[in-house]
Order: sequence, then C-alpha cells, then structure tokens
Amino acid sequence: MIIANNLTKKFGKLIALNNVSLACNKGECIALIGPNGSGKTTLIKSILGMVVCDSGFITFNGKNIVHDWKYRSNIGYMPQIGRYPENMTIGQLLAMMKDIRKKPSQELDETLIEQFELHKLMHKRMCTLSGGTRQKVSAALAFLFSPEVLILDEPTAGLDPVATEILKEKIVAEKKKGKLILITSHVLSELDDLVTEVIYMQDGILKFHKSFEDLQAITGQVKLSKAIATVMLSIQLEQKIING
Amino acid sequence: MNKIIKYVIIDILRNKIMLAYTVFLLLISVSIFNLEDNSAKGLLSLLNIILIIIPLVSILFSAIYIYNSAEFLELLVSQPLTRKRIWLSVFAGLAISLMISFLIGAGLPILIYEPTAIGVMMTISGVFLSVIFAAIALLAAVNTRDKAKGIGIAILLWLYFSLLFDGLVLFVLFQFADYPLEKIMIGFTALNPIDLSRILILLKMDLSAMMGYTGAVFKSVFGTNIGTIISLLVLSLWMFIPAWLSLRKFNRKDL
Repeated sequence: MIIANNLTKKFGKLIALNNVSLACNKGECIALIGPNGSGKTTLIKSILGMVVCDSGFITFNGKNIVHDWKYRSNIGYMPQIGRYPENMTIGQLLAMMKDIRKKPSQELDETLIEQFELHKLMHKRMCTLSGGTRQKVSAALAFLFSPEVLILDEPTAGLDPVATEILKEKIVAEKKKGKLILITSHVLSELDDLVTEVIYMQDGILKFHKSFEDLQAITGQVKLSKAIATVMLSIQLEQKIING
Repeated sequence: MNKIIKYVIIDILRNKIMLAYTVFLLLISVSIFNLEDNSAKGLLSLLNIILIIIPLVSILFSAIYIYNSAEFLELLVSQPLTRKRIWLSVFAGLAISLMISFLIGAGLPILIYEPTAIGVMMTISGVFLSVIFAAIALLAAVNTRDKAKGIGIAILLWLYFSLLFDGLVLFVLFQFADYPLEKIMIGFTALNPIDLSRILILLKMDLSAMMGYTGAVFKSVFGTNIGTIISLLVLSLWMFIPAWLSLRKFNRKDL
C-alpha cells in the first residue's frame, strides 16, 4: 500500500533519513521503533508529504505522492505534538476539518469524540487546552474520517490511563477492520498485543523490518520490549566489534 | 479554494487588529478632509500618510500572520489539499482583508470627498500597495524559519522601499548630476512600487510643473494613458512575482 524507495533527507549536516526503503501492506500494524532522533517522525512526515525528501520517492497505492495529493484523504494522522490554530474552539476545528475532508456525515466515526467526552469541551479554545486534551482531539481527528491508513506518532504520550485504554481498544478495533496502522511509541509494553510488524531505525538508517513472530523466534523473547532490547544490544555489540 | 480563504478571513477578523486598522484609516482620512478647506490639499496630505502606513501595516501584519498560522498551515498540509491551494488561499485571504480595510477606511472617504481621476488613482494605488506588500511579506516569511528574523526582514524591507530607496536614488542623481539621467530615472521608479504609486498620483494632480525638467519627462511618460497602463502592469508584476516566488519556496518547504 505504501512503498518508500531509497528516501534520503538531510537537515543541514544532520542526515535524518539515510537511504530508507520500506513497504507497508493492508492489515498490518507496524511498530516504528528507535531511539530519539533516529528519523521516525521524519519518515512519517515524508509519507504525509509534510517533509520533502532530497532523493527517493514514496508511492501510495501505486501512485507517486508528489503528483497525487488526494491520497491524503485515506490517511488519518495523529501528530506527536498536536499543533492547532490557537484561536479556534474544538467545535470550530472539527467543523473545519469536516468541511475540508467533505465526507458524508454517516461515514464519520465519532466514537472517540464520545468516549473522550469532547462534547462537553466543544466551546473551549485550543490555546486553553491541556496537553492531554489536545492529544484526545488529535486522536479524535485521526479516526474521525475512518481512513484506510492510520499514522499515530506517540499516540499515548500525555494521555491518562483511562484514555490510553480507550485509544488502544479503538486501535485494535480498526486493526480488525483490516486497516494499515503505523505506530511509534516509546512505551513498548503497550504495543505487545497490537503489533504484527516491527521496524527498527537508528541514526536515520532502517536497521531491520521483520514480523513480530520472526523477531520473537530470533531473539527467544516473548515481550516486544525484551526482544527489542536484545536486538539493540546485539547491534551495539556489532558496532563495537566493527570499530575495534 | 474558497473554503480555506473563508477560514483565513474569519481568523483575521477574529483578532481585532484589522478592525482597528480600518477605523484608524477612516479617522485619519475623514479628519484630514474636514481640516482642509480645499479637498485637493487634503488629498496631498493623505497621500504621504497612505504611502507610509499602507505598506507598513500590510507587510507587518502579513508577516506576523504567516508566522502565527504555522500550526494552521501544518494542519492543512497533512490534509488532502495541494500546497499551492493552501498557500494561495492564505495569500488571497490576507490580500482581501487588507484590501477591504483600505477600501472602507480610505477608499470610501477619498471617493466621497474627491470623486475625480486623482481620487480614483489614489484608491487603485492603495489597493495595489496593500496586496504587493502582503506578497512581499509572504516571501520574507517563507524564507526564514525564525520568527523574529522574518519580521525583522519585513521591517527592513519596508524601510528600504519607503526611505532607503529614495536616498539611494538621490545619491545616484547627485553623483551623476552632469549626465542626463531623466530617462534612467523612469526605469528606477519601476524598481519601487511606493515611488511608482506616488508618481502616478502626483502626475494626476498636475503638480509635475513643480518638479522641473524631470517632472516634464515623467509627465511625458506617465501622463499618457499607455504610460499609466504600463505602470499598473509593473505594479501587477510587483504583486505576482513575490507571490509566485514564495509559492515555489513553500512547495519545497519542510513543515
């Protein structure tokens, strides 16, 4: 569904993406894992067309995203830090997004708005919201248009346990519908029962892309966090041997 | 396209600065026309105020608006919209609201007190200047990530167009006083939209006689209909080229 080919992106001297290629298919739930500053968000933003890569290209359903902007109507994006027009109220923001996306109202998925009880806050301006409420709005917006692809950048950061549980249930429900879900998180224990594929990135390089089962088999660990820790250690060991 | 323009205009109207700007222009123009017994004299006083205030407000407000709507732009770019459409809508929203403010605040009183060719020319120039400086602000803002730097550049650009440029021209004139520079001066004025508007309006006022030989040369070029049309075309270029350059930059910008 989404294929990236040899993506390279530099910010000045920093290489955020170094020749990254990957393929994501329908029905997968992919965990994008890596240390801070490893290029996860840059990768996500280049899939969304928010970052323009120096070289390489991305296709969505076989079409190059540079020429075909309509593909974004199939993506729900929940940013790491939700930044919204500060003067708008939640109600106005939702109305504007509905207006821009032009989906018929019966196809809208408002379960998250109800479960997060955002109805009570509709008249509040975005600048008065707490970080957690902002995250709730971001999540509600990402799922609102029932898109085929969900891209969630640190979805549970800043959410309280109740909201985290609601969001996780929602992700599971969407996964069952056969949607492609791309998720980054630092709290690996949350991903255990969701993930089918794991992508590990470091210093802008895609280190590996394996199915979770393969990873479990290779490392002999059942938990994702343990498995990743094993892999990270072996990578570090490898580097030490190379560097002498 | 119009949907985003609508949201931009609503957003601009929500902060009351545009309203204050309109009221301010209205107060100045009405009081000037009422102070002077001769409305032509009033027009001359208004000319200088307009040529300074309109570019300043347009360039500053637009630059600050672009920086403040960084979140809005980021949000829109992740939606199924082309970047061209987003950027042109923001530009159109800014240009329309600046234009409406000017037309209500200054255009209307001018056309009521002085419904002549001069008044019409002044209104047209004001509209052009509003849009041109919004476009220049867009270009300055899209090229600099840092807000303080971007707004600083916008202020410097305004200083350049309204003060420094004239100084430079004067300097050149005095240095080369022995040479016939009248024709070259016409080319120079095309490099500054404020000067171009000023000359267009002054020539309509028949004040060119006071400007000596240069005035006569200007009159022979800008006084004709073709000259006026060419000047308006040059002003349009001042509007489109910065807007186009900023659009090109925005298309490749990382958000």
